[in-house]
Amino acid sequence: MSQFFTAAVLTATVASGIQLATPFLLAGLGETMGQRSGVVNLGVDGIMLLGAFSAYFTALKTGNLLLAALAGIGIGVAMGLVTALVSVTLKAEQGISGIGVFLFGLGLTDLLLLKLVPAPATVAALPTVRIPLLDRLPAIGTVFFQQDWLVYFAFLLVPVLTFVLNRTTYGMKIRAVGENPAAADTVGVSVARIRYSTVLIGCALAGLAGAALLLFVGIFQQDLTNSEGFIAVALVYFGAWRPIGVMAGSLLYGMVGSIVLTSKTLGIIPLSGSDIAAMAPAVITVLALLSVARRFRQPAALGRPYERGT
Amino acid sequence: MRQTSFRRFAVVLMGVVALVAAACGSSSTGSTSSPSVQTLKVALIEPSLRNDLAFSQSMFAALQSLAGPMNLQIAVTDNAFNVTDAANAMHQYAASGYNLVIAHGSQYGGTIQQLAPQFPKTSFAWGTAGVTFGQPNVFAYQANSQEGGYVEGYEAALLSKSKVLGVIGPIDVGDAHLYVVGFKAGALAADPHVTVRVSFTGSFSDTTLMSTAATSYVSQGADVLTGTSQSVVGAIGVAKNKNVAWFGTQWDQSSLASSQVVASQVYDWTGIVKQMVTAIRGGVLGGATYTITLGNDGEKIAYNPSYSLPASVKSGGDGVVAKIISGAITPPTN
Amino acid sequence: MRAPGLTRHPRILPAGRRRALLISWLVLPSAAIVALLMGAVLMLVFGANPIVGYQALLAGAFGDSYALTSTAVKAVPLLLVGAGICIAFRANVLNIGGEGQIAMGGLAATATALAVPNLPSPVLIPLTLLAGAVGGGVWGAIPGAFKAYFNVNEILSTIMLNLVAVQFMNYMLSGPLVARSGYAVGGLIPQTQLLSPNSWLPTLIEGTQMHLGVLIALVLAIAVYVLLWRTSFGFRIRAVGLSREASQYAGIAVKPTITWAMTLAGALSGVAGAMLVFGSISHRMVTDGSLTGFTGNAGFNGIVVALFAGLHPLWTIVTAFLFAGLLVGGTSMQVVTGVPSDLVTAINGLVVVLVVSVEYMRRRSRARARAVDMLGPPAAGVTELVRA
Repeated sequence: MSQFFTAAVLTATVASGIQLATPFLLAGLGETMGQRSGVVNLGVDGIMLLGAFSAYFTALKTGNLLLAALAGIGIGVAMGLVTALVSVTLKAEQGISGIGVFLFGLGLTDLLLLKLVPAPATVAALPTVRIPLLDRLPAIGTVFFQQDWLVYFAFLLVPVLTFVLNRTTYGMKIRAVGENPAAADTVGVSVARIRYSTVLIGCALAGLAGAALLLFVGIFQQDLTNSEGFIAVALVYFGAWRPIGVMAGSLLYGMVGSIVLTSKTLGIIPLSGSDIAAMAPAVITVLALLSVARRFRQPAALGRPYERGT
Repeated sequence: MRQTSFRRFAVVLMGVVALVAAACGSSSTGSTSSPSVQTLKVALIEPSLRNDLAFSQSMFAALQSLAGPMNLQIAVTDNAFNVTDAANAMHQYAASGYNLVIAHGSQYGGTIQQLAPQFPKTSFAWGTAGVTFGQPNVFAYQANSQEGGYVEGYEAALLSKSKVLGVIGPIDVGDAHLYVVGFKAGALAADPHVTVRVSFTGSFSDTTLMSTAATSYVSQGADVLTGTSQSVVGAIGVAKNKNVAWFGTQWDQSSLASSQVVASQVYDWTGIVKQMVTAIRGGVLGGATYTITLGNDGEKIAYNPSYSLPASVKSGGDGVVAKIISGAITPPTN
Repeated sequence: MRAPGLTRHPRILPAGRRRALLISWLVLPSAAIVALLMGAVLMLVFGANPIVGYQALLAGAFGDSYALTSTAVKAVPLLLVGAGICIAFRANVLNIGGEGQIAMGGLAATATALAVPNLPSPVLIPLTLLAGAVGGGVWGAIPGAFKAYFNVNEILSTIMLNLVAVQFMNYMLSGPLVARSGYAVGGLIPQTQLLSPNSWLPTLIEGTQMHLGVLIALVLAIAVYVLLWRTSFGFRIRAVGLSREASQYAGIAVKPTITWAMTLAGALSGVAGAMLVFGSISHRMVTDGSLTGFTGNAGFNGIVVALFAGLHPLWTIVTAFLFAGLLVGGTSMQVVTGVPSDLVTAINGLVVVLVVSVEYMRRRSRARARAVDMLGPPAAGVTELVRA
């Protein structure tokens, strides 16, 4: 047990926790934008898979990790257009269409892996970016300021999106559309345009989340995300539709997972308790929400397509 | 609820189309063809993708290499981790006249036990396990993974400077269990003071857990890592990026981290497949158990040519291999 | 609706109406054709002949009696989960936890069969199914109660409970429930021993997979229909789903109703889990470490199946059967053509998205047609004002 509390192990555990949290954070932030404007997207996992594969393929062919991340975003935008078309313009039932996108992403990525990459190879990880000065801080420096740039980007998005949602006109429109689209429509806000924009942002971030996961693992595999996309959607509810809440949820989930894994590798958790211990992140997340017992309401128009006159 | 009645109409329409089309289509039937010198139809069912660089790929590659020389027609149902779907596929292959159905995954055993009596003219092969259920048309095959594990553990202990080794398994069953046990025993035999840390992620497929576990081991000072299952590629990625040595199993993993992979225990199933095919062509459809070992060349230690392994470590390893083959050392299985 | 006094001569239809109706009738077949074409393109990319592929798919799903019964058996978990979804979603509780509930039900049923293997069939089989219902029911009651009494969002709790369930399943099948008569040289397989023949669901048609579970599932689906529309409990469920506040005002006990709705949904999924074990070819419970390995994604596919049926349990029977056909056909297609069954998964996704998308176009076209009925050929922008 004492081995756990060595500096090296502790910092590595926390740093791993942050890395684990990053894909959840990116996808969760994206989903938050969409849900604040009233659109539920259950297809996040499928888009993450597609983003991960396109990042993988790009990295294999070009060796350029930035391009790989952009590929992930690109495929996310493409899927975002489809999702927006289906959910906003065609006003389809959002729950089903999301699961359809998930199935599509799951099946297509396996096919592409078999067809395009018959001999999979690993790709490089993102280089660690040290923030000058700050990274010299004891303990905290190693953990927080020696991550790769995707991690910084994800965490920087939190204040950015909070600002956008709460202090910009655009954010106000998003919230209005999510609460009362008819009223927003009456005052001249284009419900469709706002929803399109948030869905595009959301799916772009989901694609980037997939790319982040891929770059962390280093190779693509069947069902790489292992349903992480659904967990990200769940974390939106945990975070009460606020970016900072989503960040808290992602960090909680990632950190508990990292602690459990480290404990297993150190032998603190015996092999026989391995499975039980692995339940910890999920259980703690639910207990955390239970204990806080907040009464945040969801956006009133969440999940309901808007049609003028209804 | 116009929405709902539309959906129902859609559903009925699809149903009608499906039934009509099915009626027009032909169903697949087939009698088991005589397997003597004609092309032998072999079906492979495996739980992960055929290019997983591990368990599934090992058998797929073996069959592919034998297809031409032994006149085999191969069909593959991979990614069959759902046992019910795998059972349906096995049933269909058998009913379509395939001569040999290879169920490459220990989770398929129960299904084989029930299916084999229904298709007495079809040969079923089940791996990795050592039981044929007393059925005349069931072969079983397994891997003594603990042997290669022992050798690699021995070399890992000699190679390691920090004397901390990290082992990441999926679930503590089957050949994963054997490999891990063998590795630890071999390491301790080389150096009783080395620290071998063992953990199981709880999943054959979750690569993220493997990556995280590998990172954790490295932070604890491990400079040699190993692991098993197809999800191990995540750990190899970490080994590559942190420049830590890696020992692999099930398939040659040198290509994944050309400067870090030291050696891999490669499963070569061709010997066993040859024996089974020959037996089937001779009219014997089952009743035997095959094991790949270091001795019969079913398991090979494939050294990565790009990794400069100190000669003393390699000769130590070779010595252990010789002793295992001769029987002087028997790596433990538990 | 139709303006009084305005008759419609069948042969003299205003041009706008005719065109609108045409669109509404063409939309669904077009969606189906587009999905099929995209699937065909994927097949071509893989070097397979789409016609052979689709033929194999249909033959594998519906081509002969064995295929039909395999499809029926595959439909059982979809139907049960779907029926449960009908209850839950109608109470406005979005149960995404089907996967975990199936697993817990399967475990409970398996443990029961292992505990009392020698009970005679007519006792043991209902007992195991009941155990499955209890296992799944508990796993549904937890998120149900969390939502009703603590306002914990059910999407969050059900997804998290799925994660807990898979670890619990792995633990049980590698530990307390594992078959200890070792097969291998060393190392056990995470599965139970062969379950007592008294617990196997009897085959109804010799030589096929059709087992009693199919009939039981049908009966349960009908029971759900009766529950929802012919009992006061069902009325309360539907009322709460339409408006929680109004129901409360009307004196309905909202919190227990929500909890019970989730419990029932979980129980039905749990029975599905039991049937997956006792109706399987291997007659064991086995895991590969993932939920989908046991459930075959029935927890999610059941949602699709229920929504396609408009949350109506009887129509769910049809949609479950058809969707199961796609799944079984996909396996068959891989056997015949070598194209991976992942392709069928992708096509399933396309079909779902496309069919759900065209609904709106159809609705709008019908609305236009009605508008033309009432108002004559449209002036610019007039139809926009008509309620959909």
